Amino acid sequence: MAESGGSAPFIRIENVTKKFGTFAAVDNVSLDIGKGELFALLGGSGCGKTTLLRMLAGFEMPSAGRIFIDGQDMAGIAPYDRPVNMMFQSYALFPHMSVEKNVGYGLKHERNMTAGDRRDRVKQMLDLVKLTELAGRKPHQLSGGQRQRVALARALARQPKLLLLDEPLGALDKKLREHTQFEIMNIQDRTGITFVVVTHDQEEAMTLASRIAVMDRGVIRQVGTPTSIYEYPASKFVAGFIGSINMFEGKVTAATKGEVEADVPELGGKVLLASDAVAEKGAAITVAVRPEKIAISRARPKGGNAFPGTVKDLGYFGKDSLYRVKMASGTVVSVNSVNAIRVREDQRVAQWEDKVWLSFEPSSALLLTQ
Amino acid sequence: MPSWFNTWFNRDGWSKSIIAIPYFWLVFFFLIPFAIVVVMSFAERTATSPPVGFLPDFPYVTFENYGRLVGDWVYIRAYSTSIINAFMATILCLIVGYPMALGITRVNKSWRNILLMLVILPFWTSFLLRVYAWIGLMGSNSWFNKLLTAIVNSVLPADMAFRNIPMMNSNFAVVLVLVYSYLPFMILPLYANLEKLDTTLNEAAMDLGSRPWQVFKDVTLPLSIPGIIAGGLLVFIPASGELVIPSLVGNASDPMIGRVINDEFLTARHWPMASAVAVALLLLLVVPLMAYNHFEAKAQAGGKP
Repeated sequence: MAESGGSAPFIRIENVTKKFGTFAAVDNVSLDIGKGELFALLGGSGCGKTTLLRMLAGFEMPSAGRIFIDGQDMAGIAPYDRPVNMMFQSYALFPHMSVEKNVGYGLKHERNMTAGDRRDRVKQMLDLVKLTELAGRKPHQLSGGQRQRVALARALARQPKLLLLDEPLGALDKKLREHTQFEIMNIQDRTGITFVVVTHDQEEAMTLASRIAVMDRGVIRQVGTPTSIYEYPASKFVAGFIGSINMFEGKVTAATKGEVEADVPELGGKVLLASDAVAEKGAAITVAVRPEKIAISRARPKGGNAFPGTVKDLGYFGKDSLYRVKMASGTVVSVNSVNAIRVREDQRVAQWEDKVWLSFEPSSALLLTQ
Repeated sequence: MPSWFNTWFNRDGWSKSIIAIPYFWLVFFFLIPFAIVVVMSFAERTATSPPVGFLPDFPYVTFENYGRLVGDWVYIRAYSTSIINAFMATILCLIVGYPMALGITRVNKSWRNILLMLVILPFWTSFLLRVYAWIGLMGSNSWFNKLLTAIVNSVLPADMAFRNIPMMNSNFAVVLVLVYSYLPFMILPLYANLEKLDTTLNEAAMDLGSRPWQVFKDVTLPLSIPGIIAGGLLVFIPASGELVIPSLVGNASDPMIGRVINDEFLTARHWPMASAVAVALLLLLVVPLMAYNHFEAKAQAGGKP
């Protein structure tokens, strides 16, 4: 997928800053989101993702910068005049209205709809989220998952150009999350509406979104597809925020086109990296390797990038195992290996205090400079 | 302590003992006195002390007092005056108090406490003193009366102009002082209710296309109905039985029911009649309330319209 997300930008955020007092919750952010994208704003609490979302909804006005939605400048446009709807984190269902009334609430402002049109739309929305039988219930008579679906149906009923979802799965238990996740993707696919999701959960962002913006302290650190963010993080922050990763400090000893050799004392030797990054000899770099990209073996593997260590900890999770291996330098490396074949406990690759070899492909290691 | 007591106390006796305290309070200080009043209302006046006696023959009780209540215009008029004055005061308290309560919830925390303090500040001054102050203000020579007269005259043609506005000793004065005195009892429960409302609901309504006024009409107002009812009852019930305010600023020839009870009891020394008037007032106030509670509970339990 192209980095711009396909067609011309549907939402354009231009140098937007939002200050509360002297504190900049969002600091000079620029971002383009394409039509029909499922875009995720990912970051920890206080990173400014929710403030950015609230500026798209119109609940906050930018201190500086401009926001365009479908070519229209949103400056000074109140929430009730925007072609945008939001699904709130707490769902914010009206407790005194039935499910049907909640879903139909936004439609009463649609002047060119007849009463029949409105009824049809509500029915269509309830069908979409499979809640037709519960139309007469009040929110307090629904389960958490059902409330979430009512909130989604209510936000979709006015057929907005842009749907904002604030931590859509945050209040659901694990089983329901997985199911709902795919339901949201499915609905987005069917309606073709542009979705912007705010989440602190990287797994949620990875599975839901077609593109992700990683935010930190009011700034966007990287924008890309889930794969590019996971496999090619641009900085140590992004690499550490998304999934787990082993990072080692090193120095470049030789650099040719597409290949870098670095001395990494923490691993106890030279590491070969396949990287397009321009690295000068002697430059300080960080070598980063994801735990699942490291192989563990008792015998010394053939080829380079192999380092000896001792198993200090072992976690068995069923489908995979996590090893924590202490290198000669004292650095502990995490290794994740899939239990692809069935073995008994005593036949495992490694046990506590076993001497093992760790190895990885040159293309699996990342070279990070910032 | 005997062992059965310890077992009982540790199982659920401790909680029962605590719950028993308010029950005892209500039984001794409400239920028993009220029963005495009810019994007395079926007696007749005697020249004894206390001036209460039952008929010597079966059935020993008389319904004459209640008969007078529905037959005598004095009582019917006093009840209607009370209910109308109390109702007007309640509505005006709501109109004045609702924006104040809503306003207090929309300012920051430190301002909130100051404003709430100001709402209850009048309680620090004697209630009687404040009513006397109103008597002074409403008198025909006060600056307040002159100011109102000037305002009214400025819109009236010259030949209809007032010299002053006769405010004292009228139901207008009673309602005005009732509103002034009971306003905090409307504001506080309303504030407690409005303060709990989730403001994201307002944002959600706005997000779905509602302008601020519609947000208020569709979300805030319906969700504050419990607060309106609580505040309304706290104003209406004591206002309808109010004695001091109508005695001081009201019209003596058009008394409210509290005044009637007072006169029957002290001036006429007709305790049974005073009891009957009091019992009837209580029924008049409690029966609609219980009916409301009943239907409200039904609506809550049913869920479906």
